[in-house]
Amino acid sequence: MTRLISRRSVIAAGVAAAGTVTTLPVSMVRLAFAGEREDFSFAYISDAHIQQIKGASFVRNWDMGLRRAVAEANLLKPESDFVIFGGDLAQIGKREELDHGAEILSALKPKLHCVMGEHDYYLDLGDYWRKLYGPDHYSFDHKGVHFVVLNSILTDDEWTLRHWATAEQRMKEMANLDSPNGSPFMVGEAQRAWLREDLAKVDLDTPLIVLSHSPLQKIYKGWNFWTEDAEQVQELLRPFKSVNVIYGHVHQIQYNQIGNISFNSVMATAWPWPYPEAYTQAESHLPVLTVPMNRADPFFERDATGWQLISVHSGHVAARYKLWDNPKRTVSFDPVEEKPVDFDYRDAALRTPSQSHY
Amino acid sequence: MRVPFVGLMLGLLLLASPARADDFTADDVARYEKEFDGVRADGRKLWTDDKLGANGVVCAQCHPNAANTHPETYPKFQKQLGKVAQLWEMVNWCLRNPLERKEPLAANDPRMTALLSYIAYERRGVKIRPGEH
Repeated sequence: MTRLISRRSVIAAGVAAAGTVTTLPVSMVRLAFAGEREDFSFAYISDAHIQQIKGASFVRNWDMGLRRAVAEANLLKPESDFVIFGGDLAQIGKREELDHGAEILSALKPKLHCVMGEHDYYLDLGDYWRKLYGPDHYSFDHKGVHFVVLNSILTDDEWTLRHWATAEQRMKEMANLDSPNGSPFMVGEAQRAWLREDLAKVDLDTPLIVLSHSPLQKIYKGWNFWTEDAEQVQELLRPFKSVNVIYGHVHQIQYNQIGNISFNSVMATAWPWPYPEAYTQAESHLPVLTVPMNRADPFFERDATGWQLISVHSGHVAARYKLWDNPKRTVSFDPVEEKPVDFDYRDAALRTPSQSHY
Repeated sequence: MRVPFVGLMLGLLLLASPARADDFTADDVARYEKEFDGVRADGRKLWTDDKLGANGVVCAQCHPNAANTHPETYPKFQKQLGKVAQLWEMVNWCLRNPLERKEPLAANDPRMTALLSYIAYERRGVKIRPGEH
């Protein structure tokens, strides 16, 4: 049972425990807004990295991760309001990969909203992805919350348009996380202008949830756990009462608070990544709030992969990580300390060796 | 009688072997290190080589900059192998499992040497802690 602070959330947790889902590998907690907004939650699946081997043959490992997340998300009762796919559906942006991934995602019952990832983008600059899923940045409102989806994996025009001899080479360089020939992610001026205009129509008390592939923070440049114009984007979000950024790309649990903005990462269904401090030759800045996920054990193919249920409580996000081979993790907003906290591991004495042996 | 004999032998030895075993120059050191640099660069190429396994998956996908390979902890009890093992054995485990490669690499295969060189290089400076998990 997750420990949450408010009275309403205690009630809601009781509803969940009343047992619609005790036999399922997922849990569902509905949290009430303190106020007039309706409670809701949504499933978040990300970083599938569907990878073609040859013809109709795809890397089985990554296929299994996405299939499992989709199957489990479909088992949620009540049904998730909608599902977000957080980016990197394909591995190198090929149509075959996007098609194969889209076919797996098509089994989802709720409405699907997708976020662009760099692995989807750099082969054809998102053309085929947009045919499948529509615009790569947009906004929508849901039960009193304003959602914004950004394409935050762009980079400068020189690198994108003029530097590489072939699209395949460009995609390969971005696909290799540690490539020294990559280029830092950004939202970019044009999209920031769009964001400014979009937010101008939103009341400052309306909770914002921003969905992005890159972190909208500067964590570790070498692996593009980075958004070059993070400060400018954060500046646009500053006037709002409660802002939540949910991002993919990092394939690990991360969370942070910068001013009024809470940040929560989502897991990959495909494979985990090491925390940046595991690379000793360079400096990195993982948010200090983060209690790491357990170190991945490759012996269990789905270890350190998973999906998440996002619930919104009083304008703040709680992320329930569905980890297939580990105890589940929940990161929720502590209204007293005003930042995301993993209550189960807040006390350092409760942390396990698996969380520190990296 | 003995001293001159010994002196003669030493003299002959000196004439016969002008270079001594421990006598390497700064140029030699540079050359040896360049050899290593070449091999570790090959290791980096293999790290992103989609032909190393059978399914196109590369080491760099899970181990960017060879992170989380922990070369400084080997030999150690390796859970996946059920025994105390060396790093090259774990490399073969990865090649076989996530990369679905059919044949392991011999410990002294030039490709294994290259992979291990790259791994060690990316972990340079970290204290050796054999046996640690």
